[in-house]
Amino acid sequence: MPEEIKAHITGVVFQIPTKPGDRVAAGDAVIVLESMKMEIPVEAPRAGAVKEIRVQEGQTVQEGDVVAVLE
Amino acid sequence: MFGTVLVANRGEIARRVFRACRALGLRTVAVYSEADRGAVHVRDADRAIEVGGAPARESYLNAERILEAARQARADAIHPGYGFLSESWRFAEAVRRAGIVFIGPGPEAIRKMGDKIEARRLMSAAGVSVLPGSFDPVADVAAAEAIAREIGYPVILKAAAGGGGIGMARVAKPGDLAAAFAAATRRSQAAFGMGELYVERYLERPRHVEVQVFGDRVGSVVHMHERECSIQRRHQKLVEESPAPGLAPATKTGLTAAAVAGARAIGYTNAGTMEFLVDEGGGFYFLEMNARLQVEHPVTEEVTGLDLVVAQLRAAAGEPLPWGQSEIVQRRAAIECRVYAEDPSKGFLPSPGTVQRLELPSGEGIRIESGVEPGSTVSVHYDPLLLKLIAHGATRDQAIERLADALDRCVIEGVRTTIPFLRGVVASSEFRQGRVHTQMLEQGAFNA
Repeated sequence: MPEEIKAHITGVVFQIPTKPGDRVAAGDAVIVLESMKMEIPVEAPRAGAVKEIRVQEGQTVQEGDVVAVLE
Repeated sequence: MFGTVLVANRGEIARRVFRACRALGLRTVAVYSEADRGAVHVRDADRAIEVGGAPARESYLNAERILEAARQARADAIHPGYGFLSESWRFAEAVRRAGIVFIGPGPEAIRKMGDKIEARRLMSAAGVSVLPGSFDPVADVAAAEAIAREIGYPVILKAAAGGGGIGMARVAKPGDLAAAFAAATRRSQAAFGMGELYVERYLERPRHVEVQVFGDRVGSVVHMHERECSIQRRHQKLVEESPAPGLAPATKTGLTAAAVAGARAIGYTNAGTMEFLVDEGGGFYFLEMNARLQVEHPVTEEVTGLDLVVAQLRAAAGEPLPWGQSEIVQRRAAIECRVYAEDPSKGFLPSPGTVQRLELPSGEGIRIESGVEPGSTVSVHYDPLLLKLIAHGATRDQAIERLADALDRCVIEGVRTTIPFLRGVVASSEFRQGRVHTQMLEQGAFNA
């Protein structure tokens, strides 16, 4: 069952340490946001494979936006 | 004295510098990013020039554009504020080469203090005590192990290019060193483009006490007493005060003498801060020097009754220091709280948004330095500092009472702020008794 991963804060995409197909554990950073000079990881809510990354580095995301999808 | 000053910054500090300029009858120029068109600092200045896009590297960190704005506005001096380009020796040098006065120390002093290993070496040579550890980058794990064995565990690994706690790792025992060394090298490489590390003794529960220094171009250096800044989170200060509560007189005398000796040794001019760690026995060790005006400078101003920013402008114009050491006296107690747009109930997550409502306290002994007003946008692109609340009193107890009352009356809606957390700090018995150290937050001291 695919699961959407949403940004929990508003920020700018700073880093994307994963790519589609990567296996992640619960709590792993799927993307890293930057907001107010802090780096804030958006974590995988459960273990699984990354199906899709919906953002690009430098892009601004709002709280609640879907940033990635887990398989 | 020069005629026109450009402030290469935003928010409360830009407004603070404009105020000092007005007091001296100087014309003011603001710079701003696309995201800051409606910002309050823009309206505060006589003239404002847009310098680039919202990300800081396109605007407030864009030295070329800022210099161009200075030329366009015929500014004779640039004040860098804190953060952004304030500790870039290259910027200070470029300003000077453009025939404009940089309001701050010379590029050489900035460069020396920016390199943390060189700063350690220079201060040690000047007789200022530093933490036991290496005076050169350590080549590999074996070299780090040899030093750690000599100085004793726990040790801390620090990035030579460091800052803001990035690339720092505490190592409790020999078996943990190799993994910590690899991780710290990687993080330092990613953040600063160089992985060089050095090793220092790690102090448990130290206090962070710093000394304000000030030098002029004819070689006078004075200190303006200490500030206690132990209440920190991720190496960011949250509450600062002066005098430092319960600091032994001998420690205080040693600290101020060391700060002046250190600043003099590098020919320091203008305002700067020597930061120290103080251990439980009163021993103190040089941490680093901030070669600029500090966020917490109002604490010193309220305690001494002196205006540091006006003094910066005068010193940069070549005037000798207006005060001798004996005239700089701690006349009262002052405490500053930093109000950030962060949510303390969610691990201090950033809270960008629009300030919908803003009610600021006023009254006897209360000073506010604010970068926002109702309707201000708090952007994701910059530091989350909204405003600083400073209380002073004849005694520390009186300052605390005024601060507690002011925090209760301060209302900010539209973004989450650190005010609830600050109320908790001010109400806590540890703070009231002045029993503070830098690891209090991590140890959960103020969790309600």
